[in-house]
Amino acid sequence: MPLTGIEIFKLLPKTNCGECGVPTCLAFAMNLASGKAELSACPYVTEEAKANLEEASAPPILPVTIGVGPEAPKVGGETVMFRHEKRFENPPALAILISDTMAEAEVKARLDKCLQLQYERVGLTLKPDLVALKADSGDTHKFETLVNQAKVSGCRLILMSENPDILAAGLKAGADQKPLLYAATEGNLDRVAGLARENSCPVAVKASGPEGLAQLTEKLTAAGIRNIVLDSGARTVRQALEDQVIIRSAALNKKFRPLGFPTITFPAEMTDDPMKEAVIASMFIAKYAGIIVLSDFRGESLFPLLVESMNIFTDPQRPLSTTEGIYEINNPSENSPVLITSNFSLTYFIISGEIENSKIPSWLLVKDTEGLSVLTSWAAGKFSADIIAPFVKKCGVMDKVKHQKLVIPGYLAAESGGLEEELPGWEILVGPREGAHIPAYLKTWQP
Amino acid sequence: MAFEIPKTTYNGKIKEIKLGKGDKAVTIGGESSYPFYLFESEMPHLPRIAMDVYDCPPVEWAEAALEPFAGVTDDPVAWAQKCLKDYGAEMICLQLLSTDPNGLDRGADEAAEVVKKVAEAIDTPLIVWGTANHDKDTEVLRRVAEVCQDKNLILGPVEEGDHKKIGAAAIGYHHTVIASTPIDINLAKQLNILLGNLGVPDELLVMDPTVSGIGYGIEYAYSVMERMRMAALTQQDEKLQFPIICNIAKETWKTKETKISESENPKMGDAKKRGILLEAMSAMTMLLAGGDVLIMRHPEAIKLVREMIAELTKA
Repeated sequence: MPLTGIEIFKLLPKTNCGECGVPTCLAFAMNLASGKAELSACPYVTEEAKANLEEASAPPILPVTIGVGPEAPKVGGETVMFRHEKRFENPPALAILISDTMAEAEVKARLDKCLQLQYERVGLTLKPDLVALKADSGDTHKFETLVNQAKVSGCRLILMSENPDILAAGLKAGADQKPLLYAATEGNLDRVAGLARENSCPVAVKASGPEGLAQLTEKLTAAGIRNIVLDSGARTVRQALEDQVIIRSAALNKKFRPLGFPTITFPAEMTDDPMKEAVIASMFIAKYAGIIVLSDFRGESLFPLLVESMNIFTDPQRPLSTTEGIYEINNPSENSPVLITSNFSLTYFIISGEIENSKIPSWLLVKDTEGLSVLTSWAAGKFSADIIAPFVKKCGVMDKVKHQKLVIPGYLAAESGGLEEELPGWEILVGPREGAHIPAYLKTWQP
Repeated sequence: MAFEIPKTTYNGKIKEIKLGKGDKAVTIGGESSYPFYLFESEMPHLPRIAMDVYDCPPVEWAEAALEPFAGVTDDPVAWAQKCLKDYGAEMICLQLLSTDPNGLDRGADEAAEVVKKVAEAIDTPLIVWGTANHDKDTEVLRRVAEVCQDKNLILGPVEEGDHKKIGAAAIGYHHTVIASTPIDINLAKQLNILLGNLGVPDELLVMDPTVSGIGYGIEYAYSVMERMRMAALTQQDEKLQFPIICNIAKETWKTKETKISESENPKMGDAKKRGILLEAMSAMTMLLAGGDVLIMRHPEAIKLVREMIAELTKA
């Protein structure tokens, strides 16, 4: 049974030094108990306490970092089966396959995609994380060359071969990058485990099904290796989903440590059709993959996958918000309408999308309402006339337009009188309640 | 450590609902596990896909979404027949966009005549979707129910604000009701209770939790549907044991992300494939949360999702 926060607290130094990132040992103990912190964050814990705590305080699914540096993706660390129970923690890392049999130009093009296909959305940068370097040639020298080339690009790496000699050649070039070694199997376990330990790299294990995986991970953990990623070997859609669910459930619901690690999945090996591959990947985003290996990165599939991932991994308790400010839509002029809305990101997306659809050049003012929607923020007193008026005056829109008209959301109709008092000379127009009615509304708007 | 496959304990089951009539009627629901958790329990009826047909020519659709229906978009009967014949549709959803009071504002009689023509021209189940304007939907869907009596239509969205009148018409003329609520499990349950109190029998009820596409709040629908399934299957919440219908195509194709051209933003890739994938991936996500009927549009997106359903349930 896992220890409670109080039980853990008794084993900590109780110095409240704060070096772990939280102010008190008690708070740190509580975080350990709920799987939100790792014991290694405490520099002063005694070896004895460590041994006692390690087993009990480890999160049910260990977080594993692939690569080095601030950009290195962390996968795993999940604590729930359903996102509404708390939240999903670490979005899956997307990887692009690169084979050592590919021409150099193709390799370069793929490395470039991994670095360049990035998308800005609600102030976040959505991007893929990994390149999976596959030793198809069987030639150690070729693989080493490929790893060198990839390493220089700055991408984080997965080294793919079941031949320990080839993995060793790859490590010769890229050990300092702490790549994920894929994969340890029943046949090569000791040697690949040795490589992982010597180079302190994370290692993926591949077996047939969850039970086979558990046998291998027990051997690895006995050898002191903890940074493990699981491949259940399934390459059919049904079996792969089933394995993902069983692995997650065994780790969380049964506290079955041998499966308490993130998973790696291979849509790239499940179909030859890039469209279908993308839909399979979309399944793995919702259902529990830690790493998703794709045959290629294409904008038309990578973008939807990254956005889906951002959506599913949004904390249900903390809605995403958009930056406060003036948004120019369809190249507005000094005679274009001025609309205001809240900074709940969904509100922003819907309103800005509808204005774009209308093709009417407009100024959209987004007020910081702490990420709440129009109606919720208004009900909470965060979107009333006395808050809106100073924002309209300060934000600078008054220098951008010649007219003095402000369109407010239909749900804020009750604020129109107050706003006319607070913004002398301005005419307050009550817009539609629903975003969908904005295009029709804007078409009738006159400066 | 000995390994044992962990299994969820289920104590509930989704009701089996028959949609349409005759040889092409389909039965949905009946599942007693989370979606596609076939190692735990069963899903006797596969999720179904209904194809979108509009009762007036679409405006501002992405080119990719119009292309498969070239030549029929001004004729809902021909459009529906094309979906059946060329794309193997198992169901049709006729969207009564023309009745929108903020748009064409077509009258109830005229709209109902179009529904009747489509219903008579096809033998698959027909979903009829209004504009979510309570007054107008009451008028239109009541008329549709009457004109198409004995056609066993599936009528929606039926919301708390108009459930009495539309619900009564559905009972009277024997149509299925789509109980529609704004992404809220409690409101969904409450509306099901209200419709039950009104006299809508269980076998004429399906739920619409209000869905949205990738990038536009799909996570809200996803979690509400997961909670509904959890309550229905593991907490014996009978008032949530109804199949779920997801009107997903129009939510994905109306977004700007389906319309941006590759030349405008090369990083977004091919616009047609992107639109198809946004629809297919949104639909896939809804399936994993518990969707029993997906209302979809692009034949290639439908094909992808059909393949996924087949593979997820392959013995």
